[in-house]
Amino acid sequence: METREIISTGNDLAAIAAVDAGCMFFGGYPITPSSEVMHTISDLLPAVGGTAIQMEDEIAGIAAAAGAGMAGVRTMTATSGPGVSLKAENLGLTQMAEVPLVLVNVMRGGPSTGLPTRVSQGDVRQARNPSHGDYRSITLCAGNLAECYTETVRAFNLADRFMQPVIVLLDETIGHMHGKAIIPTAEEVKKGIVPRKQFTGAPEDYRPYGVGPDEPAVLNPMFQGYRYHFTGLHHDAKGFPTEEIETCRKLIQRLEDKVMMHTDELELNEEFMCDDLEENDVLIIAYGSVSLAAKEAIRHLRADGIKAGLFRPITLWPSPAERIKHFTDKVKNVLCVELNIRQYTEEVERVASRLDIHGLYKVNGRAISPYEIVNKVKEII
Amino acid sequence: MAFNYDQYLRLEKMPTLWCWGCGDGVILKAVIRAIETCGWDQNDVCVVSGIGCSGRFSSYVDFNTVHTTHGRTVAFATGIKLAFPDKKVICVAGDGDALAIGGNHTIHGCRRNIDINFIVINNFIYGLTNSQTSPTTPQGMWTVSQKSGNIDPTFDACNLAIASGASFVARETMLDPKKLEKVLVKGFQHNGFSFFDVLSNCHINLGRKNKMASAMENLEWIDSITTPLKKWEALPEEEKMNKFPTGILKHDENAREYCDMYKDVQAYHQGKRKAITQDDFAKKI
Repeated sequence: METREIISTGNDLAAIAAVDAGCMFFGGYPITPSSEVMHTISDLLPAVGGTAIQMEDEIAGIAAAAGAGMAGVRTMTATSGPGVSLKAENLGLTQMAEVPLVLVNVMRGGPSTGLPTRVSQGDVRQARNPSHGDYRSITLCAGNLAECYTETVRAFNLADRFMQPVIVLLDETIGHMHGKAIIPTAEEVKKGIVPRKQFTGAPEDYRPYGVGPDEPAVLNPMFQGYRYHFTGLHHDAKGFPTEEIETCRKLIQRLEDKVMMHTDELELNEEFMCDDLEENDVLIIAYGSVSLAAKEAIRHLRADGIKAGLFRPITLWPSPAERIKHFTDKVKNVLCVELNIRQYTEEVERVASRLDIHGLYKVNGRAISPYEIVNKVKEII
Repeated sequence: MAFNYDQYLRLEKMPTLWCWGCGDGVILKAVIRAIETCGWDQNDVCVVSGIGCSGRFSSYVDFNTVHTTHGRTVAFATGIKLAFPDKKVICVAGDGDALAIGGNHTIHGCRRNIDINFIVINNFIYGLTNSQTSPTTPQGMWTVSQKSGNIDPTFDACNLAIASGASFVARETMLDPKKLEKVLVKGFQHNGFSFFDVLSNCHINLGRKNKMASAMENLEWIDSITTPLKKWEALPEEEKMNKFPTGILKHDENAREYCDMYKDVQAYHQGKRKAITQDDFAKKI
């Protein structure tokens, strides 16, 4: 793959990635620490004939983006935790109506207004179920500058593959980090674009939601002769409201199965110095900016003769259950490091079927240093 | 020859869920006739609705249709219109949808003057949820959430739209479908945000405890509270507050439409024009 070197920030890289991935619409609202995504994409999109609009509130930001997605273009919104809380309603609609959309959440301290300018990973649990009802969230988490680009690109392709919103989590540290990133060229990204499926038969034969039990809806762009209906209500194969018992059951089961029966297409992890781990060694599980500190800590620990490795989920939801279990079965000492209290640890405990997972949690808006991780590891072994 | 609606209706969805005597069907038919008069291709039209009785409007008409979340019609429509500026977008919402939960989106849709046609079916009550107070329920009327009588001051939807910057604002009632159709055509053909406050009946949920339990009684009340703009202007000041003027209340053909203005933004970023400055606008503050 051809690559290029770029000096940028995480937030800017997410915006650049969106445009390279064919995004043509952005709807947003100012919020720290994600605003720079909107600032940058507001320059980039009109230059390629697209549209970026600052709406009147967070709700309208995602509503406009979702409207463009329904109309048939690749579309994005960006925000931080308080904005996700407001956008939850329309995330629910895009799940139910199966509208592809990318939402970038640059995490800051919460709950409520929290610590607007400081780092946190407090929205990990929120990302799994932002709104009411049953569906499966797809959530990706960038662990370095380059991934702010590559994960945003991947989010667009997954949104069209699974026909639903995909959340990209950055955190304030990654979002505002400024440095060198080696990323694929725009041409490489274009080559990898897989647009949403479209129905090409006669309009009278079109059943946008009449698909297989583990398949996403096939939603043609508007204004091309395939007139159908979007709704947040339970709906039939043609998209029209229904309360028919089997149709309702099958719809919600399909929203579950279209993701959970195809997790192999979603899963992405990094396994850093994990190959030589044995029973008495240490497995660290971390994601986002924390993983950078964890890698540094592992180098120090190994220099001190303590064998440690990092398992870093890049797709957070659905969680890489089998891979986590593979490592947690092998290693006695497992340490989860998070900028929240146990939000992903609880998932690790669930998939590992273990209640002796150690944790290092920080919720004061400050990053975790490698030395804090080194000290914690020395404490638990 | 009678107008044939079949081409524009999803006949398999009939009958509608609307009650006997509801004005929504009359308004739906007027909208269809207006679209035909405008000569719009069905494939080029998107109808966006919200939540409530009026929310079902979009499922009955054979266009590209979207049933959104409560109050968010204009925000969704803004994305659809900006993604495809050449297409026609019609929003339909109720008074609670447009003026309570969606009030902010209504204000800003009007302010941007984006070419969306926003039809508010104003029946003065929350109908689908059974008789709660809406922003247009007259003070003193019974509602299920204010059984002692509503004390909340009421909205004049058109005043809100005019003050917010919509460039076409009209009020009609479902009592005169032909006139409604004509006004809809004018608004549909207007390039800018067209706001229609269409007064309608809900004898079931507004009327039943407010002495207008039949559709006719409810319609007579609507007739009694409306008067054409010219006549309204001649009324003594103290009588004006108890009548809604009908007709086209504002029609500004010079106001710039948002999608058109956005083309300047695109041109700037494509190096085809200088940055937009205050000199580009007559209004400086």
